[in-house]
Amino acid sequence: MQYIYLSIVLFSLIGAIIVGLGCSRLSRVAAHSIAITGVAIAFVLSLFVLFNVTLQHAPVYNGSVYQWASLGGLSLEIGFLIDGLTALMITVVSFISLLVHIYTIGYMRDDPGYNRFFSYISMFTFAMLMLVMSNNFLQLFFGWEAVGLASYLLIGFWFKRPTATAAGLKAFLINRVGDFGFILGIAAIFAVSGSLDYQTVFQQAPVIAELNVVGLGDGSGSMLTLICIFLFIGAMGKSAQVPLHIWLPDSMEGPTPISALIHAATMVTAGVFMVARMSPLFEYSETALSFILVIGALTALLMGMVGIVQHDIKRVIAYSTLSQLGYMVVALGASAYSAAIFHLMTHAFFKALLFLAAGSVIIALHHEQDMRRMGGLRKLMPVTYWTCLIGALALIGFPGLSGFYSKDMIIEVVGHSKLWGAGVAEFCVVVGVFVTALYTFRMIFLTFHGQPRFDAHTAAQIKESPHVVTIPLILLAIPSVLVGALTVKPLLFGDLLRNALVVFNIHNTLLKAHPEFHGVISYTFHSLQSPALYLAAAGVFTAWWLYIKQPQWPAKIKTALLPLHHILRRKYWVDEIYQNGIAAGSRALADRLWRFGDAFIIDGIIINGSARLITRGADRLRNVQSGYLFHYAFAMIVGLLLLLGWMYLR
Amino acid sequence: MSFVQVIFYLFAVMMLVAALRVITVRNPVHAALFLVLTFICTSVLWLMLEAEFLAIVLVLVYVGAVMVLFLFVVMLLNINIESLREGFVQYVPVGILIALALFVQMIIIVGPNHFGLQDSVLTIGPNYFAQKNFAYPAPAAAEYSNTEMLGRAIFTDYLYPFEIAAVILLVAIIAAISLALRKRTDTKRQNPAQQIQVRKQDRLRIVKMEAEE
Amino acid sequence: MFAISLAHYLTLAAALFAIGIAGIFINRKNAIVLLMSIELMLLAVNINFVAFSHFLQDSAGQIFVFFILTVAAAEAAIGLAILVVLFRSHRSINVSDLNELKK
Repeated sequence: MQYIYLSIVLFSLIGAIIVGLGCSRLSRVAAHSIAITGVAIAFVLSLFVLFNVTLQHAPVYNGSVYQWASLGGLSLEIGFLIDGLTALMITVVSFISLLVHIYTIGYMRDDPGYNRFFSYISMFTFAMLMLVMSNNFLQLFFGWEAVGLASYLLIGFWFKRPTATAAGLKAFLINRVGDFGFILGIAAIFAVSGSLDYQTVFQQAPVIAELNVVGLGDGSGSMLTLICIFLFIGAMGKSAQVPLHIWLPDSMEGPTPISALIHAATMVTAGVFMVARMSPLFEYSETALSFILVIGALTALLMGMVGIVQHDIKRVIAYSTLSQLGYMVVALGASAYSAAIFHLMTHAFFKALLFLAAGSVIIALHHEQDMRRMGGLRKLMPVTYWTCLIGALALIGFPGLSGFYSKDMIIEVVGHSKLWGAGVAEFCVVVGVFVTALYTFRMIFLTFHGQPRFDAHTAAQIKESPHVVTIPLILLAIPSVLVGALTVKPLLFGDLLRNALVVFNIHNTLLKAHPEFHGVISYTFHSLQSPALYLAAAGVFTAWWLYIKQPQWPAKIKTALLPLHHILRRKYWVDEIYQNGIAAGSRALADRLWRFGDAFIIDGIIINGSARLITRGADRLRNVQSGYLFHYAFAMIVGLLLLLGWMYLR
Repeated sequence: MSFVQVIFYLFAVMMLVAALRVITVRNPVHAALFLVLTFICTSVLWLMLEAEFLAIVLVLVYVGAVMVLFLFVVMLLNINIESLREGFVQYVPVGILIALALFVQMIIIVGPNHFGLQDSVLTIGPNYFAQKNFAYPAPAAAEYSNTEMLGRAIFTDYLYPFEIAAVILLVAIIAAISLALRKRTDTKRQNPAQQIQVRKQDRLRIVKMEAEE
Repeated sequence: MFAISLAHYLTLAAALFAIGIAGIFINRKNAIVLLMSIELMLLAVNINFVAFSHFLQDSAGQIFVFFILTVAAAEAAIGLAILVVLFRSHRSINVSDLNELKK
């Protein structure tokens, strides 16, 4: 089995290397064939692993493949931990990656960087698989950074656009802040447990929970809380939680397949995956869980509201992603890790679908992304319209579709959480449902319904996208509809994730929400009674009223609520705060340090000063070196006199 | 004043006067000769200190070899004395001042006080030499041989330094020779190294010739 | 009995050493007298050694003098050889001509 695990990661890496090194020499067909073959093999093997774990009930595999280095007692290893969680993640990652690879053939058809693009996304797939299959913190960190690198490269893929490179840099820098916390957390884990291996660290969790941070009194400053919060800061960076979220909307500068693969379906969920993987640690720290809960809830609501006022179709979906990530994080905070993973999976499908559908619209309109210049595309692009509609319905939680099960479950478990901040979180996620429905259907109505708002010349050229684009859409639409109903039982109530996740009974909100499970049908009907569904319906209706029935109303509302609109348009001024506060502050500080520390002290005094001192000193000292023997003899005699005098006085 | 004292003061004064003349006479030849006198006086003092071997060595080696070498060199070189003596008078006061300061300091610092030969601290003053300040060693026995004692010490305890001293002398010989050696082009000489390296082909040429009728 | 004390010898040696120093000062251009002054100073040191050896009844002092004589002889030989070479190249033994390293 070890070789299967190894080949899952290696095939995508080999594809990336071949395509990357042969970038300019390979033909386009060869490049995408190689990359797609690699990912396809990875997907098939992942499916095999998933079947093995779910149906054959294969035991948890935890072994190291290769010892990279050994430092004293610390062994740095490459290893795999294969359980239900990993099997699920690799299948989702490789499936979406495969579809995005195929979709890219159509989307990037005219792009000069075609081969480079395939190399990058294969490399990303490799890194993401390494991340989720890891059995130790070092490899986790490797994958973590490697997906960050891939994300940076792909956001700035069109490197001739200054906005794209700036967005890539922004993503990289903001992620650095999160990674700083993450690596501090890993370092703290190593410091207290002496190991980087998951198994060893998890076994020591009860001991670590008893430790206190040096310098803080007992109780409040548990070491484990500190570790968990540090790790979660890493997750905040990668999963774009408030206040480290600002890079994700800007990352839409990258090509749309990337937005689908990296910035919606897989990479941004790495933080959620990581917290779920670390559940044996997080369970011990209620403070950290509360922190997670509040951050997730704030992200879920505030980012959804920003989505309402965006005009760029991709940005609407991006803010929707932020909001949905907030939902997942809320579920983590409520200790319903399986619900978070469940939502992660369903979200991966329908959000990738939405992005790819948006991409389909964008290429049909020749890279037009502004929804104010769309409309009425329903007839012109039927496949895109219907798949997009399925994705939207799944997102808002239409009964029976995948998002319905996962999101409803999150709302319910938050209601049962007893942690500090659970009340706020519940309010946020419930209101969030309405907001989600509003912005999603605003997007659908503006794009596909109503009167066309583009010129006739463009209208004549619009046609449905090619098969390489529509087939992935259809292939994604199928799981977006079905995957929720099919997997709700094994994921939430079965034992697929049981040996990967640790939940204490007092935190087990999932069990409180549903003490028993009577099958999908009854579960669906049970959820029909929840307020969330009606809020979603209200959201859809509001969107219909505002954008189909009374299209002049939004402008009126906008003028009526101008301050609020302004706040949302400016995205709560987070960017401005960073720019004028942190960035300008550090620039000013750096400027001072440069002027005083570097230019004055180091250059002026230490470097030039010492040189000047030596020059001047040498000018005087060289007079001593007369070259005459008797001067030296005289100096020696004077020295002798002084020595004798010193001995006398001593 | 006992005989020993007479001898000591006589030779001590002679030695100091000779040493003064060494540094003050104009002619380097005279200076070298005064240096010889200084050495001879010193060797007499060493005899009084029962260092007979060293006293003899001083006369034989120093006076006999080193000083003769000095004289040789002085006479060999055609020295312009006048140019060497410029600034002589000008520096005399400074020299005397520094010499006096050093003398006083050494009297104070390097004294018997520091070597366990002393009950009370010596005081500098008119009665400096009259202070009873050390134990007089008993005179050596009649059969005592300073040479034998030194020989034993050198060839047992000090064998290794002795050999090093020998090597230093060898190095000095080679250094002095190689420094002073001058290759003269106007004389014919043999080069043994080249002679040894010569091979048959360098000297001998075999020429094949047709036999003539 | 008023014998010759160690202090006598030490004083004598100090005087000799001081004369050597003064010699270096006042004959600062004459290399050959400089060498002689150095010989005088070495002799003063040797007197100290022999005197201490006698009064401490320790033969090590005399051994040391033996070695100093060896080294002094070597030094005199090399010094004179240098002097000869110097004279050959400069036609002079004036120490003030010996400042070429500075140029």
